Amino acid sequence: MNRHKIRETFLSGLFKNNPTFVLVLGTCPTIAMTTSLANAFAMGLATTFVLIFSNLFVSLLRNVIPDKVRIPCYIVIISTFVIIVQMVMRKFLPELYSTMQAFIALIVVNCIILARAESFASCNGPVLSVVDGVSMGLGFTGALCLIGIVREFFAAGSFAGFAIPGFPAMSGVGASAFGFIAFGCLMALFNFVMQKLNERKEKLKAASLPLSDGSVGALEETK
Amino acid sequence: MTASLISVMFAAVISQNIVLSQYQGICPFLGVSKKMSSAAGMGFAVIFVLAISSVFCWLVYNYILLPLELDYLYTMAFILVIASLVQLLEMVLKRFSPTLYSALGVYLPLITTNCAILGTANSAVVYNSYNFLYTFGVSIATGVGFLLAICLLAGIRLKTDNASEIPKCFKGFPITLVTAAIMAMAFAGFSGILG
Repeated sequence: MNRHKIRETFLSGLFKNNPTFVLVLGTCPTIAMTTSLANAFAMGLATTFVLIFSNLFVSLLRNVIPDKVRIPCYIVIISTFVIIVQMVMRKFLPELYSTMQAFIALIVVNCIILARAESFASCNGPVLSVVDGVSMGLGFTGALCLIGIVREFFAAGSFAGFAIPGFPAMSGVGASAFGFIAFGCLMALFNFVMQKLNERKEKLKAASLPLSDGSVGALEETK
Repeated sequence: MTASLISVMFAAVISQNIVLSQYQGICPFLGVSKKMSSAAGMGFAVIFVLAISSVFCWLVYNYILLPLELDYLYTMAFILVIASLVQLLEMVLKRFSPTLYSALGVYLPLITTNCAILGTANSAVVYNSYNFLYTFGVSIATGVGFLLAICLLAGIRLKTDNASEIPKCFKGFPITLVTAAIMAMAFAGFSGILG
């Protein structure tokens, strides 16, 4: 368990394999629960909690669960933590829970969680799996908050519930269609930034390649 | 009674469309809409599974969970019902109807994680506590709404995926999401018709 691998796993979920913008998983809560920053943040945290604990338990039980019935086993583990989230939210955040009820229950079928259980936690140790859960969860929460900020700014003219002077609310932007547009445009922006960064990296590589007699090229190849 | 059932079903197909206004089942809506044939296969598989699974969920909720006061476990119970039903359906189709299996078979495992299935079962059985007939009617209508949306999107994507005017960073998912937004506006225009 070296530190390098943990760092790589952690960074991969945030940018290179961002669950929302790159893998495009779990799109339903991404569009439905991002009408405001508060909703987006709560949804992201609830998903992150379930993701971390399901990754941890799947990883701990990976040698016990028979291969043929692994999907139902994962679903039971995931839904246990979803029920815990439901109970805690109903007790302590009743008004937030009543607006989010439908999509909190649907965390069970959020593809991010099952995909990480199947492709990462079932073949990695518990420490690395928890790191992966934290990273994927934060990548998801960050993307949701970004969309939430944009949508709240246009629909209500506010930031995190505080009105911004000089920006009136736009009627109609709160409607369902704007969720798709905001998500699509932000994903295009993310692609654009990633493309520019890659182009710059390529340029740097091309410039440094003749000087460092191929060592940079070799490093790139091993990735 | 029948009039309101029809208006609820109409709303489930058009104005309260599961994908475009309830935001459920977006993953297969975006992922399986590249070709018309696969979009139609996915759509019919969803109608099939949705109708059967919500009936079973209704029975489980009203005859097992409520009498035993275990209704807080509905999420776990429903997803297990859906997952085992999909598995069973796959085996039955493979054995008795190879033609239907070859048409729908690939999409069946994907359906377990389609939130439209669990979302419809949750909202019809638990949140709205519909009776048996309503649950069945609404879930069929929801499935038809999904089929309609995914086939329309597949038709549009035949054009947009090959268009050369689209900027590079908008290619693929982003332009599909913008297309879906315009479709959502069109579908929302039907709200108010038939109650």
